Order: sequence, then structure tokens, then C-alpha cells
Amino acid sequence: MAAFILRRLAQALFVIGAMLVIVFFGVNVVGDPIYMLVSPEMNQEQIAETARSLGLDRPIWEQFLIFLRNAVQGDLGRSFVHGESAIKLILSRMPATLELALVALFMAIVIGLPLGLYAGLKPESKASRAIMAISILGFSLPTFWVGLMLILAFAVGLGWLPATGRGETVSVLGIETSLLTVDGWQHVALPALNLALLKISLVIRLARAGAREAALMDYVKFARAKGLSQSRIIGVHILKNIMIPIVTVLGLEFGSLVAFSVVTETIFAWPGMGRLLLEAITRLDRPVIVAYVMVVVVLFVTINLLVDLVYSALDPRVRLTEAST
Amino acid sequence: MRNVATFASRAAMAAALSLVAGAAVAQELRIGISAEPSAMDPHYHNLTPNNMLARHIYEPLVGQDASQRLVPGLAESWKAVDDTTWEFKLRQNVKFHDGSPFTADDVLATFQRAPNVPKSPSSFSAYVRGKEISKVDDHTIRIKTAAPAPLVPTDLSTFGVISAKCKDTTTEEFNAGKCAAGGTGPYKQAEFVSGDRVVMTANENWWGGSKGLWKKVTFRIVTSAPTRVAALLAGDVDMIEAVPTSDVAKLKGDKNLNVVSQVSNRVVYFHMDHFRDVSPFIKGKDGSEIKNPLKDVRVRKALSMAINRPGIVERIMEKEAIPAGQLLPDSFFGTSKNLKPVAFDLNGAKKLLAEAGYPNGFKMKMHGPNGRYTNDTKIIEAAAQMFARLGIETEVETLPPANFFTRASQGAPGNVPEFSFILVGWAAGTGESSDSLKALLATFNPQKGMGATNRGRYSNAAFDAKVEEGLRTVDDKKRDAIFGEAMEIGMNDVGLIPTHFQLNTWAARKGFKVEPRSDEYTLATSVAKQ
Repeated sequence: MAAFILRRLAQALFVIGAMLVIVFFGVNVVGDPIYMLVSPEMNQEQIAETARSLGLDRPIWEQFLIFLRNAVQGDLGRSFVHGESAIKLILSRMPATLELALVALFMAIVIGLPLGLYAGLKPESKASRAIMAISILGFSLPTFWVGLMLILAFAVGLGWLPATGRGETVSVLGIETSLLTVDGWQHVALPALNLALLKISLVIRLARAGAREAALMDYVKFARAKGLSQSRIIGVHILKNIMIPIVTVLGLEFGSLVAFSVVTETIFAWPGMGRLLLEAITRLDRPVIVAYVMVVVVLFVTINLLVDLVYSALDPRVRLTEAST
Repeated sequence: MRNVATFASRAAMAAALSLVAGAAVAQELRIGISAEPSAMDPHYHNLTPNNMLARHIYEPLVGQDASQRLVPGLAESWKAVDDTTWEFKLRQNVKFHDGSPFTADDVLATFQRAPNVPKSPSSFSAYVRGKEISKVDDHTIRIKTAAPAPLVPTDLSTFGVISAKCKDTTTEEFNAGKCAAGGTGPYKQAEFVSGDRVVMTANENWWGGSKGLWKKVTFRIVTSAPTRVAALLAGDVDMIEAVPTSDVAKLKGDKNLNVVSQVSNRVVYFHMDHFRDVSPFIKGKDGSEIKNPLKDVRVRKALSMAINRPGIVERIMEKEAIPAGQLLPDSFFGTSKNLKPVAFDLNGAKKLLAEAGYPNGFKMKMHGPNGRYTNDTKIIEAAAQMFARLGIETEVETLPPANFFTRASQGAPGNVPEFSFILVGWAAGTGESSDSLKALLATFNPQKGMGATNRGRYSNAAFDAKVEEGLRTVDDKKRDAIFGEAMEIGMNDVGLIPTHFQLNTWAARKGFKVEPRSDEYTLATSVAKQ
């Protein structure tokens, strides 16, 4: 177990290193950050001075060496735009994004799983066909469009929910969360639904496929022959067996929910780290982009690790020492 | 019985009065703003969202009204003692948010801090450097410069004054509200949630009087334009700035909304290669290398005449712009009344082009940013079609702004501009023309600090001489005329091709009256309860 985790960490370090090099030099290929930062009214001398103070006048490899030296000491640099520590900036916006992703994940499970199971167990019914048709829409409609439609329908048209922003927050153990206030839930409902839509469709499809397959298995027939109740057959025998692919996919998808909620955060003016990334990319705020990528890599590695651990809990045949690669 | 009636009527009157009083003290104002401030430190970053928010809390010595004319701020009056000395009389009885009095020492401290904020991505040093400040008495300061500096009052309108107590406060501390008592402005900083909102409360003791101030103002950052409109329609916010052009007509038709606009200080224009004998993105019709045709003023004129400005304004900008004939609308200081937008004249343009030796035109590739200016991509595509009618085969390439501006400024070997013909925009933050003339059309010269944004490397000795003459003329009237003449030289020589001035547009729910501004500032003090 310990060796397994260690190996995972080594892999993570390698990925982080590779990403660093790619992102650092990649940003530089796009353009020189100095032109996105300075006020256009500045003259040449003032632009040069600003570049000097931010270290942007040095050759790129020298900037990279300086960055590496600081990174080893735990300093990922300051945002060019905000002047604050890049990692601190990202972490300060992370709770909002995590909150959004968690609610979206929750929605994906509580809405997607029952619908998918139903569609899998009664594949011929009209309701099942409707569910599958809707799930196709969930896959194919672009997020930004759905987001705007949700706002138009529920905020502008019906006036039930606010259109934008995060609700009232309360501080729990130093972390600001809006999930403990009514106002907070009203605000999170629409963006989370928007973010969840694709995942709901995904879970529906996975659950349906799994359920259809499992329903024909010998152990299900045997359980039925033994006279077990329908709810026990579905709830224990089928559900538990179809959970492995769903957990894997949701685990990975949770990472992407957190890392790439950019569109939803922008449409709903949600103050999360996705919007910070978008802003950083448009302004070539390299320290923030680099730090963001590192955070995301760490996040994915952690989630993969957790998924592996959940596997072994769900399926006793999986042994972590062997399943490490 | 009569007593009872009197009592009842008095009670009714009191109730009515209290209602009136309640209405007079405005309550809460929620504004959806389009861009995120990078910090709450008023001197950290010379950036529109930062400046406009800072303006509520930290006032400059000299203010700018809605048309960007200079008005008294913390300085009551100012005058040029001689060509190189300015004297500012400071307002008496002004108090900072913490109750301490405002004096000349605070101005001195501000002068020390403003140009020297560490790691500033765009500092105010340009407006402070080269000015030697001295205190005459508690409410008088003098500023000496080495050369005549007519723009001192304008420079001082760009940054706010902080309390001397805050001179060592860091940017992070400002963000955390540690020096929240360090301003004199009509509003106090209450909360700053990076990326989400800025909350301010009224300063009841403001020298300008607390009447008409909002008890609480919340600026919500809503960067996506359709979302901003939706937030207004859904009632999340009371007003929004930067209304997208495609929604203006619809919002204007809504009885529950007020839409107001004002011509801005932002001109959208084409800049072109004046400095290379062979321009990289211009070829002959057969693809062969040709001499740079843009060096011929007749070609430049023809291109300008081929642009249908009213068409761009009406069809692409949906009337949220006005055609431009110079770098600033002629209501601004230092512009010329003689310059009108060049009229659309395709036949005339064809004739000029033939005279210049290009009867069949040539091939050209234009470049522009996508998403930096309102409808930028659509404008450049429309212009390409207009040039095509002139016989110039035009290709368009739009690039992400981060990529575009680097290459447009220094993308070619030798750190010179890369492109042949570009679409760009320029906002005259100071509200007069000197910056525009100096930066866009004066000969590129790092030593003198001229032509910093001259991405076409236009160079004209007569123009440079006029601009330099204006920059040392302290007399306002004379300077106005000199800059006007410089503008005429630059425009008649087609140093660049202006197309239109954008309008700044705000939309508010009924009951909120917004005074539109020519800079892009959204100020709570410009909003009144109706």
C-alpha cells in the first residue's frame, strides 16, 4: 500500500515537472505579458521599467531558472496582474469552485442513477425512451447555451432563482461556504445544474448499460429464484455491480468539473477559480496559469488515488499493490 | 372631535413626511460591472476598473466631470505661477474616513507612494515623475517641473490621494481593507471579494455633502455580457455598464428600463505600415513582391474613402458608435472642428488609387484582435469587403489579443511591428488629445518617449514639431489650437484611418437615473434615485 502511494507520488512529480516546462514556455510563445499589463499611455521607457520590475526583461530560460529556484523553496511566484501569491489567489477561489462541483456531482448521482437504472431495467417503456432522448440532448447541447437558457427561463422569465453570483457565505473552519445558507443554495442551483447536465446524461447511460447487462446475469436470476425482493435485487445485487465503472468515470469527471468549470463560472458570474484561469490566460498572467496547472495535476492525482481506494472497497478482488499501473 | 381630526391629519402628514424622507435617503445600489479590478490599492495598477472603483474612496486633487473636463477635486483651485510652476490650493475642512484632517502632507505622501508601488503591472509613475512637489502651507502646494508642463492638472486627475498614515500600506493590506480609512471620498470600502464583488458604504461626513449618496453600493463583477443583461432583467442588479450592442435596441424598448449612452474617448482605427519599403503582408495581384503602396498618401486616402463609416456604425455597431474623422470627438480639448469623417466615395477612391499607379489594386492581409474592442472581428471583415470593392484583394486574420498586441508592437525581427495593416483602438484616458497625438502618430523615439504606440511608425517632421510645441504651451487656449492643427496635419496626411468612436452605454431599472460618462467609469455618484 505504502509503496503504491509512493509510486503514485513519483508519477505525480514527473507529470508536474513536464507540465511546468510546457506551460511556462507555451505562454511565452503566445505573447509577451508586458503588452497585456501596461496601460497603453505608457511610453517606451516606462514599459521597459515595468518589464524590469516584473523580471520580464530577462531571457525566457533565465526567467525559468529563477522560477525553478523559487518553486523549490515553495514559492510559485506572484500574479503579474494581482500582485498576490498565485497559489494563494487560486486557493482563495477554490472553495467556490469545489462547492459548485460537489453540488453538480451530487445532482449527477441522485438524478442520473435512478433514471439510468429505470431505463436499464425497463428498456422498452415509453418513459425509458424519453429519458434516453433527453440524455442525448444533455450530451449535445453546448454548456454556454444551456446556461443562458436556464437563466432566461428560471431567473428572467419565472423569477424563481437569481441569475448570477454566489450567495451569502458562512465561515466553517476558515473556509467560506455558501452551502449552509438558503440564499447560497438558491444561487448555486442553476450553475450546478448547468454543470451537472452533461454528467447526469453520462451517469444515465452508464447506469442503463450496466443495469441491462447485469439484469441478465446468472446471479440475478439466482437471486430472483431464491425469492429475494425486487428492491433487494436492484439495490444490492445489481447496483453494487454496476458501480465500478460509474465510480471511475465520476471520479475522473469530478476532476474535470473542478478544473474546467470555466464556461459555467463565466456565464453565471460564479467567483471560482475557473474564471480566474480564464482571466489569467487572456492577460497572460503566467504565474497564475502555471500554479493553476500544478493545482489541477495534484487534484487529478489525488482523485485517481481515491478512486483506486474506493475500488478496493467496492470489489474485494482488486488489490492495490497489483493494480498500481 | 376636531382635535381628533387634527391629530389624525398630523399623523398622516408625519407618516407622509417620513415616507418622503425615506425616499430622499437612497438605500442600496447594485451595479453589474464588466471587468474585474486587480486590487483595491489606488496606486497599484493604472487600469479602468481599478481607477473607477478607487475614485469612490480616494479622490484626486483634480476631478474629471462626465465629459472629462477638469473640475476641482481635493484642490479647490490651481494656477500656473510661471511656465514651470503650478500652485494648488487645497480644500479646507476635508476629513479622511478615520476623521483625521486632510492637509498638504497627505499629498506629499501620495506623491511618494504612487510611483513606487512594488510589482505594479502599470504604475502611475508617468504622472508623478519629473514633478518636484513642495508644501507652501497646510493647504497650498507647489509643483515645479524642469520644462514647461501644461498637463500637470490633467496628470493629477489620474490618481487618488491617500492619508499620510497609509503611505507604507502594502497592496495586499489595501485589499484586506487595512487602510480603508485612508481616503476622503464619498464612499468607504466595506468589503472586497476578489473576482466577485466590491461593497462600499456612504461616507456621511463627505465634504461634498451626504445628500444623494447611497447607503450601500455593491459592485458585482459579471464579465459575460449576456449574463450582465440577464442579471439586470432578473433584478439581481439595478444597473449594468457596457451593454452589448446587440441588446441595446431590445433594452431600449423595455418600459421598465432606462438606457443612456455617451460618446466615448475610444476611437477605433486602422494603422498601417509607413516604414518598410516592402511590407510583409502586401503583394502584387500575381503574388509578387511590390513596393509598399501605403507609403503613398493617395493610396492611404483611397483606403479611407473606401470605408463606409455610416454603414459600419449602423449595421455592425447597431448605432452604438459615431463615425470618426480624428482621434477624439471634436467636443474634446485639442481637436479640430475642421475635421469631419471622410465621406464614403468609392469612385473617387478608385481614381486616386489609379493615379497612384495601382489601377488594378494589390493584395493585402489585415490583422486585428478578436474580442478586444466591441465587434472588432465583424468590423475588420466588413472593411475587407469594402477594400475588395476598391480592387484590393484583402484577407483577414484575427488573433487573440495577447498574441496580437505582442506581434503588432514588436513581432518582426529587430523588435519592430510585424503587420502591414491592423485594426486597433485607443482610449484617451486624460480626456484631451495630447496623449493620443504623442503615442499614436509622433515619430517613434524611445529617448523622447514619443510614438510608443505608433505601430505603423508614421513619421512626419511638421507633425512632430506641432505636437512638441503644444506640449510646452501652458496657455490653454493656444495649446488647444496647436493640438488641433497637429491633428489636422496627421489626419490630412492619413497617418492612420479612424473609423468610429464607440458609445459607452449603461442600462438601469426604472427609478435609477444614470448620468453617462465619456470615460468608461461607472460611478455610484453618477446614479440618482428617481
